[in-house]
Order: sequence, then structure tokens, then C-alpha cells
Amino acid sequence: MNRQITKLAVASLILLAALIVATTYWQTWASAGLAERQDNAIQRVAQFRIKRGLIRAADGTILATNVRKNVDGQTLYFRRYPTGRLFANLVGYSTQVRSRAGLEQSENAYLTSSNANLSTIFNKTLDKIKGVTITGNDLVLSVRPSVQRIAMQQLAGKCGAAVVMNPKTGKVYALATQPSYNPNLVENHFDRIKTTNAPCQPAAPLLNRATNGLFTPGSTFKVVTATAALDSHKFTPESTFYDPGYCIEYGKQVSNAASPDGPVESFGHPTLAEGLQHSINSVFCNVGKALGAGTILEYMKKFGFYKDPPIESPADEKAPSGLYNGGRLFFPSHPSTQVDPGRMAFGQERLAVTPLQMAMVASTVANGGVEMEPQVLNRVVDSHGHTVVRIDPQKLTRVMSPQTASEINSMMVAAVNNGTGGEAAIPGVSVAGKTGTAETGTSGINTTWFICFAPADHPQVAVAVTLQNQTGFGGQTAAPIAKQLMQAVLSPRSKK
Amino acid sequence: MSLRNRELLNLVVVGAMTALGFASVYIARQAVVSTASLSYAALFFGLYLVAHLVARYAVPYADPYLLPMAALLTAIGVTEIYRIRPGDAFRQGVWIIIAVGVFAATLLVLRRDYRRLESYKYLFGLTAIGLLALPALPGLGTTVNGARLWIHFGSLQFQPGEIAKLCLIVFLAGYLREKREVLAQGRLKDFGPLLVIWGGAMLVLVETNDLGSALLYFGIFLAMLYVATGRLLFTGIGIALFLAGSYFIYTQVAHVHERVTIWLHPWTDHKVYCALTGQTALRQDCGSFQLVKSLYSVGNGGFGGTGLGKGTFETVQGHPLIPYLNTDFIYSALAQELGLIGIAAFLLLFMVFVLRGMRIALLADDGFSKLAAAGLTFGFALQTFIIVGGILRIIPLTGITLPFVSYGGSSVVANFVLLAGLLLISNRANAPRDR
Repeated sequence: MNRQITKLAVASLILLAALIVATTYWQTWASAGLAERQDNAIQRVAQFRIKRGLIRAADGTILATNVRKNVDGQTLYFRRYPTGRLFANLVGYSTQVRSRAGLEQSENAYLTSSNANLSTIFNKTLDKIKGVTITGNDLVLSVRPSVQRIAMQQLAGKCGAAVVMNPKTGKVYALATQPSYNPNLVENHFDRIKTTNAPCQPAAPLLNRATNGLFTPGSTFKVVTATAALDSHKFTPESTFYDPGYCIEYGKQVSNAASPDGPVESFGHPTLAEGLQHSINSVFCNVGKALGAGTILEYMKKFGFYKDPPIESPADEKAPSGLYNGGRLFFPSHPSTQVDPGRMAFGQERLAVTPLQMAMVASTVANGGVEMEPQVLNRVVDSHGHTVVRIDPQKLTRVMSPQTASEINSMMVAAVNNGTGGEAAIPGVSVAGKTGTAETGTSGINTTWFICFAPADHPQVAVAVTLQNQTGFGGQTAAPIAKQLMQAVLSPRSKK
Repeated sequence: MSLRNRELLNLVVVGAMTALGFASVYIARQAVVSTASLSYAALFFGLYLVAHLVARYAVPYADPYLLPMAALLTAIGVTEIYRIRPGDAFRQGVWIIIAVGVFAATLLVLRRDYRRLESYKYLFGLTAIGLLALPALPGLGTTVNGARLWIHFGSLQFQPGEIAKLCLIVFLAGYLREKREVLAQGRLKDFGPLLVIWGGAMLVLVETNDLGSALLYFGIFLAMLYVATGRLLFTGIGIALFLAGSYFIYTQVAHVHERVTIWLHPWTDHKVYCALTGQTALRQDCGSFQLVKSLYSVGNGGFGGTGLGKGTFETVQGHPLIPYLNTDFIYSALAQELGLIGIAAFLLLFMVFVLRGMRIALLADDGFSKLAAAGLTFGFALQTFIIVGGILRIIPLTGITLPFVSYGGSSVVANFVLLAGLLLISNRANAPRDR
């Protein structure tokens, strides 16, 4: 029987060795994945023993800090957000009962010192051995409270979002969304957040409309279409069109927008440049038909549509822009038959975009055709004040030639100086902008837009503003807000 | 050095390790526990000294490593139970005292010749069946966590399966020794008993709703059948029958079906029907709650562990994060606090125990002893595999105890009887021939 016993012994040892292998798997390879699970309460509670890093704005304002509490002989650290709802949707929250959101979620590794930088690992191990509280790394953001405050005030009582960024570096100055919520209420008074009132349904105060809200772009999308038209060399700014006030597609008339003071306008024989200046739908309808949906889609992809915008927010708090079919992102395999190129060209069809994506479009034009990665993080600093990581501006891609960018720049300047975007004009500064008024399906209720940058010859700021459920036009509703935001960046000291 | 002196030396080392373990829990959790924890180590050392002295008298030639290893495993268990719920550690301590008493009694009663048990093999077989049937009796059995494994007398809960396992091994050792030549010929009619026992295992499965117990009993049977006959074919057929039967039951019994679904897909992205509440929920918040929380605990240990007493088992308000932590899921608690380094050493301890046990089976010189030692050792290994493998998602999770470590009276007593059995067999094998 000894032969069998030996084999049985080997089999028993294999069974037990399998346990060691499986434990190794869960404690090494799978460990990080388990820690990231939203329902992992152990991680959440364990991390309350860590003194999370602070989150600061560019000017040093503290956006997230800790409150120390003694529970059961243990020192625990709970989060407090001194600026309340000002940065709520960007910064997010870190709680026991509702886990984490926003940068608190996506930058959790830095904030808890579990990032893989050598100096952080060294400091953390030292703290562990010494038995002192582990302190997280601080985040220094690029956002400016002075700009953010204006954005939140201007959007107050509305549903909408605003993005303000530096087109040359991609650094975000403000990322505002309304309605918002008070992050200090998340842990114990979440029901109060759920009952937020707003002039839109659902109010969704937790939704970051700037990165995750999807809206029909309307005429702001004409900037994308114009890019495709000029950069593909199929058109020049001087290409002339015949505008009877409508364009014929599939045998039907597609009208221009009604003018603020009368019926549908017709412009006779406008050029492409004038088409953008006065936001003439029929011009872009014809451009779209000539280019085909495929070419427009190609430029959309260059601009970063169909991808999550590469900002630091968590993946479930940002959405890709593009065509949506039945609530799902839709990339047509045969654009020529599946997409209506005329309506797409002036931003209707089934297009849905985020304000951040449109801010990136404006920035790209401003930056001579080179798109920069939008970033809210400037630096990660350890508890001793040493910089752990510096987040440098990152070039994403060249979307269009410098010449195309310069041509569209001029066309957008004309739109502000002598077109639909007049409300955004700033005395003494040349502003480039584009209005948008997107139909929502309910007559008279529109999503309004304004995207812009200034000064046009050496841009320092790019802005996108979106408002839901508006009765007016983008030029009347969104442009004045965009103007104030540009001014806040261009002269930060005079505007406090 | 004599065998027993070697055992004593090992026990001293174990005593020192126990003291260290309790000391580190005390240091880490001063706010919760008291200096009394340190007296546990002294108490245990005293207790095992008694066990050692009995062994010195009753089984002088027995293997000197098994008792210290069992002592270390129980000490690790009690330390962790103490760290989780200090009150339970006291009750576990009482059970260990009882278990050492039963251990001593077993050694003393059977020290001359345990092989007379062989003549009562059918009595053991019937006892095993009777014990297994107990939880199914109305008014006596309790359903815990969907499985019917417990009986209760008043406030006392008892898992008869643990004792049934030992009875089954004694029966099989006796029966297989007698019938091994006949069985080895592999005539069709000799498969009768195999089919009967397969049927029994399936009945247990249906009766108790517990895949783990069925797997344990049937696994022990197949292993002993293989050792007795040397026919791998029988084992193969047995495994095939077990899988076929399990599959059939999987399709018929909702509880078993649920267990397998949980094993394969513990996490869902969308809400699914939740049988516990009758509403829809993510599976990780419903059926696979225990498995998933326990895996988070294992994962949180990482390479070095959080340290004894420093793991996270409760919310800030003191609500438990992991259910059944000191019984079924004590491995997850240990894995979190000891980390990969510690838990690998812990599992190596089980491996060494199995090696020593199998060595006893090899050295024993009669069929009954060989079969019994191999059966006891394999049962120990398989039980460890079933519970820890379930926690680690190697197999579907079932709630059985981790030998010597988990909180639970019947388990501790049964494992000390198992230990006594191995020592008795080892003593006989090593004893000088000219008695």
C-alpha cells in the first residue's frame, strides 16, 4: 500500500500548495483590483486611519482637509470640504457610506500615499515602522477659485456647465456645473442632496455636467465641420454658397434658424467664413453633404471625440462625445448611409457632446491646431513639502494645420465682432467665439452654447459654456457668461 | 534526544510563540483588550504540558512533531479569535481544555491496542450514518446560512459531521482492509459498496444542502479506496459519479445552484434578483456578500499583512465587515493580519502536518493502521482545502471549519481525537518489536 500512500501524500500536498498559490494571487496580483472595488468597505475603513493629503487650488485655497476624531481608541481622519459646493463635482468626496467620487476617487493613490513613487514608498514604510500615522500626499490643482466662483454664480439657478482652460497648456482654471451639492452632507445627510431642486429633470446634482453631461452641440459644432472643410482642402473660407434660407436634403427643406427678430433669414450668396460668422445652417448643410459624414467623423476623432476626455476625473464621471444612438455611443460603420451629413454638419443629427470636449475644440483652434491634454492637477506634494510629481502640459495631437487654425480663428473673431457672438465682445481685446442653440425636441426649449477664446492673436484662455432648457439663443444666454469668465482670467487682479 | 524530549522542546518554542502572539495583539489593541491576554499563553503552555505528559506515558514512541504543530495551530486560532471577539476566545479555551481531556482519555484507553476498534467497524459505520442524519431530524437540526449542519441541545450547538468523519474513517479502514483483495479484482458486483457510499454522499448533500461535507466524506472514501486497492480507475469512476451527481443536484437544488453561481460570478455590474431580500441587487451586495468581503480581507493583507491586531474587520461604528469571521472565515482574518509571508508559513504548517501523518501511514505495519492513518491525514488535508479553497474561489464556498484553528467546540474536540489516533498509530509503528 505504500506506493498508494506516497501518491496520496503528493496529492494532499498539491491541494495545500494550491492554497498558497491562490493566496499569493489574491494578495499580490489581484490585490490592487480588489482594493479599487467600490463595495470594498475594508479598504474604505482602513483608509480612515490614513491622514489623507490635502487638496488645494492653484492659489493655495484648501478644498479638502481632514477632521481628526477618536473612535474606540483609534485616531481616524474624516474629510471636510471648506469650500462646500464650489468645487464639489470636481473634487468629489471620500466617505464611509458612499465610498468616493471625483478626484478623491481617481487620485486616491496619491492622497493615501499608496502611489508607487519610490520616495512615497520609503516615507510610508518609515511611518509604518515608527508606528506613526501615515500621511497622504497633497494635490495642488490648476483651478482658480476666483474664476470658479464667477462660473458657479453665473450658472446658479440654472442647469448647465462651464469649462475655462488655458489653450496653450491645457490647464483647467474652472470646471463648474450646476446644480451642485454640498460634499459635507454626503456622509450623513445624503437624502438632502437627493431632493435638490433645479429647472431640469432629473436635477442630478452629483452629475458633473462639464465632463459627463452630454448635450446636443448645435452650431458650436460648425467649428468642427469648418475644420474638416478647410483642413481637407475641399473648401476655403472664400468658397461661396447659395443660401435660399434652407438647404435641401433627401428632398426636404432644412431651414436656417429663425433670427431673433423675425422669420428665417436668407443670406443670398454667403462665403464659408460668413456662414460661420452668421451661423448659417444651409451653408454648413451643403458643406456636410459635400464632405460626407465620414470626413466629419474623421476630424471628430482627431479632436478626441469617441474617447473619454483625458482629464483626471474618474472614468465613470466622464463621457465620450460623438453620435449616440438609443443612449449608446455609436460609430457608424457605413457613415454615408447611416448618418445625415447635412444635419450633422450644423450639430444636430444624434450628436451629443460634453462641455469639456467643446472647450477642447476651442482650445485647439486657439493653440494653432495642436490639442493639449486637459489637466486639473499641477503638482503632487508630500507631507514634508517636497514635490513628488509635477504634471507637465501634455500635447495630445495636431488636429489641423496652423493655416486652418488661423483661418478658423479669424472666422470666429468675425462671429464675435460682427456676427452672432456679439455679447462676448470685450473692449480692447479681440475675442474669437461661436454660438450654439441646439434644439432639444421640445419647441422653444433649447440647449444653448458658447465656445470662445481670447485674445485671438495670442490666446490665454478658452471657454465653453452650456445651459440647459433655455428659451433664448446661445449668443444671448451663454455668451455673456463666457465673457465674464474670459475677463476673470485675463485680468485676475481687477476681478476678485 | 528522545522523541518525547524533542516534543517537549518543540512545545516550549510553541509556548514562546503563543506568548509573542498574544503580546502583539495586546500591544495593538490596548484600548480593547487587557493584560489578561498574556495569561492565555501560560495557560496554554500548562495545558499542553499535561497533554505531553500523558503522551509520554501512553505513547512514548509516537511522532514528536504532531502535538506541537496542533498546539501551534490552536494557539494561532485562539489568538486570532481573541483579537476578533475576546469573549469567544474564553469559550474556545474551555473547549480546548475539554478537547485535551478527550485527547488524553483516548490515548489512555486505547494505548494497549487501538486495533480492537476494527472489530466494531460496522458499529462505527452505523454511528457515522446516524450522526450525519441527526441535523435532518426536525426539532434538533438548525439551518445556518442555508446549510443544515448543526444540532442543538438547549444553548449548546454541535456539528455532528465532525465526529461522523472520524467514525467513517475507522469504518472504512476496517472494511477496506478486509475487502481489499476482493475489491481489487474489479468485478462488477464489487462496485456495489462504492455505489452505496456514493448514494450516501449524495443523500448527505441533498439532506444538508452542503456541497463541502459531501465532497469531504466522498473524497476521504475515494482516497482510502485507492490506498486499499491501488486501482486508480475506481477513483476515476468515483470522481465521475460524484461530478455527475453533483451536476444533477446543481440543476435541482436552488441552494446548491446559488452557491455555484456565486463562485463563478461573484461580481455583477447590473442588479440581479436577490433571493435573500426578494428584490434586485448587485450580487456582491447579496448572495456573494460573504465571499467578496472575505476576499477583500485577504487582499488587504498584501505581502506583509497589517500586523496582528491591526487588521480592519469592523466599520468605524463597530459593525462587522466580514460575516462568520471567527468560524468559517478565520483564514481571511489571518490572511489580512499576517499577510502573504505569514499565511504561507501558516499553510506550510498544515503541509508539514500532512507529511508527518502520511509518514505514519507509511511506517505502520498493518493494513488497518495504514488505512486509518492515511484516511485521517487526508481528511485533515481535504477539509483544509475545502474551506480555504472556497474562500480563495478555487472551489465553491462551503462553510466548514479550518482544523484546529476555527472557533467551534465539536471541531476542536474532533481534531484532537484525530491527533490522538495518529499518535497511537505512530506509537505502535515506532515501538520496539520485542514487546
